[in-house]
Amino acid sequence: MREAELRKLLAANLLCAVSIVLTALVPALFLDGFSVLGTHLTWLCVCSVCVSVLNVTLCLILKPNPSSKRSSLSNKISRFLKCCIYFFMSCILFHAIIVLYGAPLIESVTETFLFSVLLSTFTTLQCLCLLGPNIQAWIRVFSRNGAMSIWENSLQITTMCSILGGWFGAFPIPLDWDRPWQVWPISCSLGATFGYMAGLIIAPLWIHWNRKQLTYKSR
Amino acid sequence: MQCTGQGLVLAGVHHLAWVELWGLSLSVFPRRMQRWPVLLFLAWVCFLFFSGIGLFMSGFLLTRIELANSSSCSDPLVPPPWDKQSLPPGSCWVPRRFPKVVLVIIDALRFEFALFNPAKVNPLPYENKLSFLHHLATSQPHHARLYRFVADPPTATMQRIKGLTTGSLPTFIDVGSNFATYAIQEDNLLAQLVQNGRRVVFMGDDTWEGLFPKKFFRSYFFPSFNVKDLHTVDNGILQYLYPTVNSGEWDLLIAHFLGVDHCGHKHGPDHPEMAKKLTQMNEMLRSLVDHLGNDTLLLVAGDHGMTETGDHGGDSQREVNAALFVYSKTPLFGTDPPKEPEAIPQVNLVPTVALLLGVPIPYSNIGEVMAELFSGDGDTVSEALQQLLVYHINAKQVDRFLHSYSLVAQDLPAEQLQHLQELFSSAVEEHIQLLAQMQRAMLMSPELESKLRSLISRFQLYLRQARAVCTQSWARFHPLRMVGGCTLIAASCLLCYVASELATVSDSFYRSCLLYPLLWGLVTAVLRGLAYVFTQEELDLLLLLSSAAAASLLGFFWQWWGWHPKRARLLGSQPPLASIGLRQRLRVWLGLAFPMGILLFRCGAMFSDSFVVAEAQVAPFLLASLVMLLIGKLHWDGRLTVPEGHKQPIGFSSYRKESWHLLCLVTVLLVCLRLSGFFHQCREEIPHCRPSVFLPPLASLRNTRAKNLFYLLCVALLAGLVYAVRSWLRHYGNLNSSDPVVLFVRWGFPLVVLCIACYWAVASSAEDSLGKLQELVQVAVIAFPWAVYGLASIGLLLLLCHPMTVFAKDSRESAGSIVTPYQGIPSSKVDLLQVIPQIYKRMQESEKSRLERRSCRATVAAYGLGSVYSAALVVALTLLGFLLMLLHAERLSLAFLLLFLEAFVLLHIHTRARSLAGDTEPFSVPWFAVISWLLAASQFFYSTGHQPVFPAIHWNAAFVGFHLDHSTNLLPAVLVGANTFASHILFAGSWLPSAPALALCV
Repeated sequence: MREAELRKLLAANLLCAVSIVLTALVPALFLDGFSVLGTHLTWLCVCSVCVSVLNVTLCLILKPNPSSKRSSLSNKISRFLKCCIYFFMSCILFHAIIVLYGAPLIESVTETFLFSVLLSTFTTLQCLCLLGPNIQAWIRVFSRNGAMSIWENSLQITTMCSILGGWFGAFPIPLDWDRPWQVWPISCSLGATFGYMAGLIIAPLWIHWNRKQLTYKSR
Repeated sequence: MQCTGQGLVLAGVHHLAWVELWGLSLSVFPRRMQRWPVLLFLAWVCFLFFSGIGLFMSGFLLTRIELANSSSCSDPLVPPPWDKQSLPPGSCWVPRRFPKVVLVIIDALRFEFALFNPAKVNPLPYENKLSFLHHLATSQPHHARLYRFVADPPTATMQRIKGLTTGSLPTFIDVGSNFATYAIQEDNLLAQLVQNGRRVVFMGDDTWEGLFPKKFFRSYFFPSFNVKDLHTVDNGILQYLYPTVNSGEWDLLIAHFLGVDHCGHKHGPDHPEMAKKLTQMNEMLRSLVDHLGNDTLLLVAGDHGMTETGDHGGDSQREVNAALFVYSKTPLFGTDPPKEPEAIPQVNLVPTVALLLGVPIPYSNIGEVMAELFSGDGDTVSEALQQLLVYHINAKQVDRFLHSYSLVAQDLPAEQLQHLQELFSSAVEEHIQLLAQMQRAMLMSPELESKLRSLISRFQLYLRQARAVCTQSWARFHPLRMVGGCTLIAASCLLCYVASELATVSDSFYRSCLLYPLLWGLVTAVLRGLAYVFTQEELDLLLLLSSAAAASLLGFFWQWWGWHPKRARLLGSQPPLASIGLRQRLRVWLGLAFPMGILLFRCGAMFSDSFVVAEAQVAPFLLASLVMLLIGKLHWDGRLTVPEGHKQPIGFSSYRKESWHLLCLVTVLLVCLRLSGFFHQCREEIPHCRPSVFLPPLASLRNTRAKNLFYLLCVALLAGLVYAVRSWLRHYGNLNSSDPVVLFVRWGFPLVVLCIACYWAVASSAEDSLGKLQELVQVAVIAFPWAVYGLASIGLLLLLCHPMTVFAKDSRESAGSIVTPYQGIPSSKVDLLQVIPQIYKRMQESEKSRLERRSCRATVAAYGLGSVYSAALVVALTLLGFLLMLLHAERLSLAFLLLFLEAFVLLHIHTRARSLAGDTEPFSVPWFAVISWLLAASQFFYSTGHQPVFPAIHWNAAFVGFHLDHSTNLLPAVLVGANTFASHILFAGSWLPSAPALALCV
């Protein structure tokens, strides 16, 4: 059972990672002059949309968090709306935090906002898919011994890696190398993306190595 | 123009100061230490840091003393037969050869750029571009010549301009006579020309404007700050160059092109842009030569070279080797050019140009004349005689300078000076004899010629050796001293860490850890001193002190090492500590690794000049990260949520109430961090940066309405600060005694604010609007700051004598009467004040027996103990804050308010985080608090409008409360220093002793 689930997780994560690589390559076939660095904003949109679509589909197909009770349609719709609101709020919150960390306040608002959308896609959207709009569960998952399945463990790792990647992405900005990727927010969004991809790959491996220690108690 | 070197130096100093602060703040001393050992320990740590910094700076910061003397036309430097001959009008010392000189400075013109090798098939972008110079040199070998122009380090533009005009070796810090200006004070070529009525016209780099204010007959300055901009300066010069040359209204024309240097910084030398730029320069020279008259000398010079990456500042071959090209339409040289271009030091240009133009050589020049330019077109003997004359004058001038310099400074070694003196006097004597013999016509031509040649070479030898002696002591880093200084500082940091760890463990150890190292240090100092006495060497106090410091450090670590196993055994005997598993120990290390990692980032950033430039952004970024990390860790450990069992089902309510407080505080902190970014000053390395609008004083505002509004805002802030401090003190039960300090807080604080407000009003009022009141204003501008200084020092003295602001009662008095509460306290506090003494009395009685056994002195009962430490500190800090605000521009008081708010919030976060984490030890200070405090200190260094570069120093602070004259340099240095390090003073002064006190209050 555990092994099968782990294989499923690995497959899903690899699919996500591959899709991100594809977002950098495929649009160049359709759009003139597309490149990750040159038309960064377009790429940010494409990447966010692709990752969110893929995550939602995977979530619907794999059903990592099977809810026992069947819910009515209106219930589902209200859940969906709640999810949308949460996602939007997280975008705003990320934007605010990024600005507080020193991003320009008035100039390049679009760039900052799209970066925060990307970060939300990598973090909040995963939480929403897996846990639903249930803050209580979120708080539980992001604490020591809070994960109750390998999916939640993977969620912990990818979220932390993306945020850490975005944080490290800020470091090359002051350097005087004059590279095109040092422009705000390219290095940060690339950092977050690489962090996310690293998280996707690390998570199954880490779970595999620690499978003896990981005992999930159900609450 | 790039001044990276200068910036780096100051950054280095700043960094050292910062490390020192760290060390001081780390020395958390043991709880039950007595007063003297603690003070001694602190003094010792200070001594260690200062000796480390001193050692480093003596190796890194090259210093030299500037002489105020200047040469004049009537100086008796000309040897006998010539001094009687009459000079043509307008010439000094020797007849001038050229009435006009054009000096074209192409910034960063490396020697290789000017070379031309027709055999090269595939030249690099920077090779074979100045073809016109090659054309001139080959077609007219007696008119033109290329030299390798060797610059002295530091190869930064400002230092090079100084070198090219004073003929001396500028160091990073030239100790001058005047304070608060960076104009060149020393005698220089431009000053000599102006003094002798010549017209100097300048176009190009605006660095010259600051260096030579009001020296130019006409000038066209262009901004040099933006290194990314390749064309503004060059195109600007080209627009004015030819009309100016044609007009003829100049004697020295300087054109300083920056494009090549900026191209190097932006693209590096190996780039097509460089080819374009050099081709443009080539065309410029071609048409310039067309415009020149026959009586004009053209000099094309690079001030320094560049590395393969296009940088400069150091002393590598590529940076040091620049090009010099000399051309005139009349023949210059008697001989054919050598195969390889000759290498000449950069300073040689100064005496050469001075004598060619017929003005005195600048007083501090140590360069040697380029004698071949003085050959003329006569026979070899008259040529040699002419060259001897200029060498003689040059040597006399250098000797005069060395003599005056050795009178004011001792950094030139005495025996070498003695040797130089002998060399000089023998050469001069022989020259005079030779001239006398010649007058009597006793010598044959061949003999005479060989004698003249040997004499010339002796003068050359003297001049070169003199230069070498100066270079040795002025233009050389001492890597050994720098490494030694760094090691000392690093070891002292380690010592502070070890001491802070020991302090929590042991009470008795400090004695041996303090006494023995001090003894070691003393013994070493004495031995070293004796060694100096016996070897008759000159006493180097710095080396003596730093060796003592090193010895005492060694002593400390020796003691600690010997004691370490004992302690381990001691700990081993206790079962709970011994059973710490590897995993747990790893966890402790990881907990330490987070804040330490941030600290390492901070230190590592100092090694990259880009990060040094961006430090103003780096410090708040790291501080925000540290605090977020803390919150994340608390959350991960489940400290923020209500423990299980008490869980309520819905939404956010699983967070504790305290956690919400904590999150609010963190938000306030982040907002403070972001807002403080609006007060930044700019560095010239960041081209598109705009300095904060809050930095200029209110007096510079044109809009009266805005001025009044800002003024009211600032005064309201001051009043608000006083109100906040007073209500904070009251809230925690202070200000209820009738001590002078309390009186001062009640009445002195508003008075200080009133004085500051009046001063600001007077200082920012428009000068002409007051008319007759002018004299009164003059007095008020001085009187109000003095009133603030006086009141603040009274307050600090009072605080030092009697720091308690709470009600204290001596037990020797009759214990019966409990004093009625102070009048101004709200009624809810009245109850509190009656309850607390009773509780305390009970506690006191229960412990009485123990207390009396310990000491026979009277015990003191004090109420409001929770804030007894912090109250004194808060009062002192507020006073200091007022003083420092007075020294800054009015609107920076906003930044100070942010500073106080941020410090307050940081302490509260620290306290709450500790209480949430279940840490109950009141006197332990976690590392994250130490490091966040540090980061906040360096953040507010920038947010009070400072940058670690010379142009950003607020010189105005030296004149708060003084007219424009100072008798000594000490007072203005103190004022400017206080202004510059305001944030460090406030943060270090309010160091965490207040934290545990705050912890008890909340």
